[in-house]
Amino acid sequence: MSEETLTLFTWLVPAGPLLAFFLIILLFNRNKTLSWITAWAGIFASLFFGWTVALTVFFEGIEDLYALAHHPEVIESAIAWLPFGESIEGWLFMGVMVDPLTAVMLFMVPFATAMILVYSVGYHRWGLGPGDHVVLGAPNHAGIEPLFARFFALMSLFAGGMLALVVSDNLLLLFMGWEIMGLCSYMLIGFWYAREYEDPKSTPPRRAAVKAFMTTRAADVVMLLGIVFFYRVFGTLNFSEALSAESLATAADVVGFGALGLMALFLFTGTVGKSAQWPLHVWLPDAMEGPTPVSAVIHAAAMVSAGVYLIVRIFPLIAVAMEGLPVVGIIIAGIGAFTAIMAATIALAQYDVKRVLAYSTISQLGFMVAAIGIGAYVAAAFHLITHAFFKALLFLGSGSIIHGMEYGAEVVHDHHTDPQDMRNMGGLRHKMPITFWTFVAGGFALAGFPFVTAGFWSKDEIFAEAWFQGTHGNPMAIVVFIVLAIAALLTAFYTARQIALTFLGEPRTELAEHAHESDAFMTIPLVLLSLFAIAFGWLGIPDNFLGTDGIFYNYFHHFVGVTVEERFVELNELGIHVHEIATLPWEWLPLITSLVVALGGLFLGWWVYGRDPLAAGEPDPMEEPLGPVWDFLYWKWYWDELYHAVFVEPVEYFSDTVVYQLVDKGLIDGTLHLIGRGVYGVGAYFKGFEETVISDGVDAVKDGFLDMSREMRTIQSGKLQEYVLVSAGIASVLAILILAINFDVLNPVFEWWNNVWINVILPF
Amino acid sequence: MEFLQENLLSVIIFWPLVAALFIFLLPDDEESLIRRLSFVLSLVPLALTLFLWFDWAANYRALPGFHFETILPWFPAIGSSYHVGIDGISLALILLTVILTPLSILASFNIEERVKMFMVLFLFLETGMLGLFASLDLLIFFVFWEIGLVPMYFLIRLWGGADREYASFKFFIYTMAGSLGLLLSIQIIGLAAGTFDIPLLMEQWVPLTEGVLPGTGLPVDLVKTVAYVLFVIAFAIKVPVWPFHTWLPDAHTQAPTAGSMILAGVLLKLGAYGFIRLVIPLFPEEAYITAGVLAVFGMLSIVFGGFAAYGQWDFKRLVAYSSINHMGFVVLGIAVMAAVYGFEFAQGVALPAGHAYSRDAIIATSGAVFQMFNHGLSAAGMFFLVGVVYDRTHTRDLKRYSGLWSVLPAFGAILIFTSMASLGLPGLNGFVSEFMIVRGAWGVFPVVVALSMLGLLMTGAYILKGIGQTLHGPLLPEWRGLKDMTLREHLVIWPLMALMLSLGVWPQWLVAIINDTVSRIFG
Repeated sequence: MSEETLTLFTWLVPAGPLLAFFLIILLFNRNKTLSWITAWAGIFASLFFGWTVALTVFFEGIEDLYALAHHPEVIESAIAWLPFGESIEGWLFMGVMVDPLTAVMLFMVPFATAMILVYSVGYHRWGLGPGDHVVLGAPNHAGIEPLFARFFALMSLFAGGMLALVVSDNLLLLFMGWEIMGLCSYMLIGFWYAREYEDPKSTPPRRAAVKAFMTTRAADVVMLLGIVFFYRVFGTLNFSEALSAESLATAADVVGFGALGLMALFLFTGTVGKSAQWPLHVWLPDAMEGPTPVSAVIHAAAMVSAGVYLIVRIFPLIAVAMEGLPVVGIIIAGIGAFTAIMAATIALAQYDVKRVLAYSTISQLGFMVAAIGIGAYVAAAFHLITHAFFKALLFLGSGSIIHGMEYGAEVVHDHHTDPQDMRNMGGLRHKMPITFWTFVAGGFALAGFPFVTAGFWSKDEIFAEAWFQGTHGNPMAIVVFIVLAIAALLTAFYTARQIALTFLGEPRTELAEHAHESDAFMTIPLVLLSLFAIAFGWLGIPDNFLGTDGIFYNYFHHFVGVTVEERFVELNELGIHVHEIATLPWEWLPLITSLVVALGGLFLGWWVYGRDPLAAGEPDPMEEPLGPVWDFLYWKWYWDELYHAVFVEPVEYFSDTVVYQLVDKGLIDGTLHLIGRGVYGVGAYFKGFEETVISDGVDAVKDGFLDMSREMRTIQSGKLQEYVLVSAGIASVLAILILAINFDVLNPVFEWWNNVWINVILPF
Repeated sequence: MEFLQENLLSVIIFWPLVAALFIFLLPDDEESLIRRLSFVLSLVPLALTLFLWFDWAANYRALPGFHFETILPWFPAIGSSYHVGIDGISLALILLTVILTPLSILASFNIEERVKMFMVLFLFLETGMLGLFASLDLLIFFVFWEIGLVPMYFLIRLWGGADREYASFKFFIYTMAGSLGLLLSIQIIGLAAGTFDIPLLMEQWVPLTEGVLPGTGLPVDLVKTVAYVLFVIAFAIKVPVWPFHTWLPDAHTQAPTAGSMILAGVLLKLGAYGFIRLVIPLFPEEAYITAGVLAVFGMLSIVFGGFAAYGQWDFKRLVAYSSINHMGFVVLGIAVMAAVYGFEFAQGVALPAGHAYSRDAIIATSGAVFQMFNHGLSAAGMFFLVGVVYDRTHTRDLKRYSGLWSVLPAFGAILIFTSMASLGLPGLNGFVSEFMIVRGAWGVFPVVVALSMLGLLMTGAYILKGIGQTLHGPLLPEWRGLKDMTLREHLVIWPLMALMLSLGVWPQWLVAIINDTVSRIFG
C-alpha cells in the first residue's frame, strides 16, 4: 500500500465518527434506526482505516526492525494551522503521525469502541416499543431508550475525540481530543439527567457528571500549563521534533533538569486526572451512573487509556527528567503504586457489580503509571492494551448481567430491588451462559491467570521490569514490585469474589431467578472481545521465557520498543543516561511471584466465596472478620467526605459569601455608595448656594431649562440632575488632584512609589 | 461607485446613523415595518464590511500601516481632524460589531414598547462603536466613545428589568468617571504635542521625555504619569478590570437581551481596544513599568470573576460575571504586550532580534485580540439564550428551573454548545485564544499565569452550574408545555454557533489578519 494512501487513511481515522456525530445531531435526531446505523458506519470506517494502517505498519515494521528503529514515524503529515509571527516556521502545525505506539493503539481503540457501539444497540433495547412510562432523561427498562439518537451521537463524538488523540502528532491536537472526551463523558455520565434516587447519600447521574468533569478539569488546567511550558521550551508541540534526542539534550542544557521535571509533572497531572489516579480518582466510581456502554468506553477503550497514553507518548521527556531529577520518577511510581493498592482494597468491599470493576480499573491504571515511573515503557503500553480489551469485556459483561436482572425485574414487577447489587444475584451461570463464560475469560485475564490470558503476560512484564530495575540500583522499583504484587493478589481475590457472588450458587432473589441471556447485539461483542482478552497476550511472551532461547518472540516488546529505542541510544551518546529499552535477562522470581499472586488470589477468593456460596440475606463473609476495616473500605477510605469538607464547601462559601457578598457587594459597592452620597451632599450644598445668590437674574434661562428638564423627565424621571451633580463632583476632585500635582504636593507620594517599584517590586 | 470605494470605511461607520435618522422619520405605529427595516438596514454595514474584508485579505495584508484612511479637517484650530483608518486589529473588531448588531436587532423583535426609539438608539450605538474602532484621532475617538455611552444608558434605563434605575445610573456614573479623566488626558496630550492625530502622536508625543510641558509649566514625566493613570482607569472601567467591575453585573442583569448582547459583545471591547491602540503605544515606558501590576489585575479578574460567577443564582448575573472572567485573559495578554513593547522605551535598548519575548508577545497580543472576538460571540450567544429561557419562564432564578431539557430539546443542545464555547472547550473558538494568551504569558509572567488557572477551573464550575440547574434534574410540573425555540430565535443563534465552530476548527482565517498587524508591532 502506497504511503499516500496510508497517510490519507490516517487522516480519515477520526473522521468517520465525527461525521456521524454531526449527521445524527443535525439530520437523524428523531430517527432511532438511522442513528445507530450512522454511528456504526462511522466507527466501522474507523476500524477499517485504523486496522489497515496498524497492520501495515506492524507487518512492514516487524520485517525490518532496524529501519523502523531509525525512523519510527512511518506516517507523518501536517498542515499549517495557526499563524504566529511573520514567517511560516513560526506557525503551529496540526497533523497526524503513526509510529509503532500509535499503531497498537489504532489496533485496540477502534475495535473496542466498535464492539461497544454494536452492544449499545441491544443495550438500549432497539426493536422494542417505547413502553408505558417514558420519562425523558431516565432509564427505561421496559422499552427502547427515548433519547436513543442522542446516545449514539455522543458515543460517536467520544470515539472521534479518542481517535484524534491517538493519531495526533502534537500535544495540542491531543489535548483537543482529550477535552472533547471530557465533554462527552460529562454528557454521557449525566445521560439520565432527570434521574433521582431516594437515598440522599447516593449520587444521581447529573452530579456524577459534574464531579467527573470538574475533577478532571482540575488536572487539565495544570496540564495546559505543561503544554505551554513544553511549547515554549521546545519551540514546537510536535512529538517527534520536540522529543528527539538533540532537542531533549538542548533543552536540558538550556533550561535544566529542574524545568524539564516540572514540565513532566505538569503533564503527568493531566494523567492523574484522566486516568483517575490518587488523589483525583474520586470521579471514576461515580461515573458508573452512566449507561453501561459508557462505562465501558470511559474505563476501557478511551478516556482513562488516554491518560496513560499521554505519559507513554511523552516518555522520552519523562525518562530524561527522571534521570536528571529522580524525584520525578519517585512521584510518578509512588502515585501509581499507591493508587493500585488503595483501589484494590476498596474493590474488596463493594457490592455494586460495576463499582467493583470501576475500582479495579483505577487499580490497574495504577499498575501502568507505576510502570512508567520506573521506566518500564513497553510494559506500561502492553498492559494498557490488554487491560482495554479485558476491561471492555468485563464492563459489557456486567451490563449484560444488569440487563438480565432488569428483565427479571420486569417479569416479577419488582422495581425496588437493586439489579446492580451482587447480593441480589447468584446462580446466573445457568441463566446467562454466554455472559458467564465470557465474564470468566475477562475476569481471569484481570486476575492474571497464568499462561493463557493476556493480563498475565502484561502484568508479568511489569513485574519483570520492576524486579530488574530494583536489582539494578533503583530502590523505588523494589517498593513498586512489592506493592504491585500485593495489589495483584487482591485483584485476583476480588475477581473470584465477583464471579462467585454473581454466577455461582443459587439465585438469591426473584430478579436473578427470572433473569435471561441478552440478545445477539450484546453477546457477539462479548465473544469477540473475549478472544482478544485471551489471545492478545501471546504477542508478548518474553523472548527467553523459562530460560529458553529462540522458541518465543516478544513481538509487542520489539515492535513498540523501537519507538524510542534509537532515541535513547542517541541520548546516552549525548551524555544523558537513560535506561535503554532492552530485552531483560531471564529471572525466575518475577514469574513465580505472578503465578503465586494470581493463582493464590483466585484460590482464596474461591475458598471464601465460591466453596460455600452466599445464601439470600447472608452478610459478606469478610464483613465480620475485618470489622472497622470493612467499613473503611466500604466507604472508600472516606475520600469523598474529605474532599467535600476540604474543597467543595469552602469553594462554595468563598464564591458566594466572600467574593460576591463581601468584596463586590460590601467592599466595592459600599465604598461607591459612600462616595455617591458624599458627592451628592456637596452637590446639594452648591445647588442651594446657586439658588440664593444668583437666582433672580437668570430666571428666564432657568425657566427655559426647567421646561427642558420636564421634557427630559418623562424619559428620565428626574435623574439628570443627579448625573450632572455627580459628574461635577468628580470633576472637582480631579481638578483638586491636578492642582495638587501642579504645586508638588504629591511628589513625596510619587517618590515613594518609585522607591517601592525599584527596590521592592522589580527585584521580586 | 467611486465615492463608495474611496470612502468605504466612512460609509460603514455612518450608515447606521443615516439608517437611524430614516427610521426616526417613520410613523410610530408601523412597528412591524420598523423592526424589519431596521434589521435589513443593519445588514448593509455587514455586507460592506465583508466586501472590505475580502479586499483586505487579497490586497492589503502584506502592507504595513493603516488603510482605507480618510482625513478631513474638523477642528483645525486645535489640531484635530476627522481621521479614520484601520489595521488588522480594528478590522477584526469592526467585523465583530457588524455581525452582532443585526443579530441583536433580530433578537429584539419581541420588544413591544417604543419600538422605534429602541431601533434608533441601537443603530446610533452601532455608529459609535464602529467609529471608535476606526478612529485615528484622539478627539474623534473620544466623541465616538461618548456616543457609545449614551444610547446604552437609555437602552438599560427604558427597556431594562425591575432594577433598571439603579443599574443604568451606576453604568452611567462609572463610565462617566472614566470618561472625564480620559478627556482631561486627551487634552493634555493635545496641548503638549499640538495634535490629536494618533500616528503623529507616535512621533511627537512618545519621544517627549524630559523638560517642561509648553503652556503649563508642568514637568513632562509627571504629566505623562497622570495622563497614563487616567487612561488606564477609563479603559479598565470599560473592560472591566477587577475591582472596577461592579457596574457590569447590574447593567447586564437589568439590560434588555439585545442590550446585554451588544454590551458584552462589543462595548467591553472598547476598553481593551483602548489599551492596545492608545495606552501602550502612547505610554510605552509607563506601560512597561506597570505591566506586572496589569497582569496581576488581569489574574484577579480571571480568578474573582470565576468565583463570583459561581456564587450567582441569577442566570443572567452568572453570565455577566463570566465576562469579567473572560476579559481577564484579554488583560493578561495586554500586560504581556505592555511588558515587551515598552522594553525598548524603558530600557533604552531593543530586545535582541529573535528573543523569545518577541514571540511571546506576538502570540499573547494576537491571542488577546482574538479572545475579544471570541468572547463577543460567546457572550452574546449566552445572553441571548438566557433571554430565550427568560421569555418562556419569566424567571432568571437558577433554583426555579429544573429539567428544562425535556421540554426544550433544541434549546438544551444549543445552550450546551454555546456554554462549551464560553468554557473554552478545544474545538471551539474560546480555547484557541485562551491557549494563545496562556502560551504567550507563560514566558513573561509564569506565576501569574499559574494562579490564573484557578480561574479557568472555576470557569468550568460556573458553566456546569448554569447547564445543570437549567437543563438537568426532574422536569417540574409548571414547565410542562413550554415551547421550544422559534425560527427567529434559531436565526439569531446559528450564525454565532457557526462562527464559534469555524474559529475553533480553522482559526487562521481570522487570526492571520490579526497576526499580520501584531507581528509588525513587534517586528
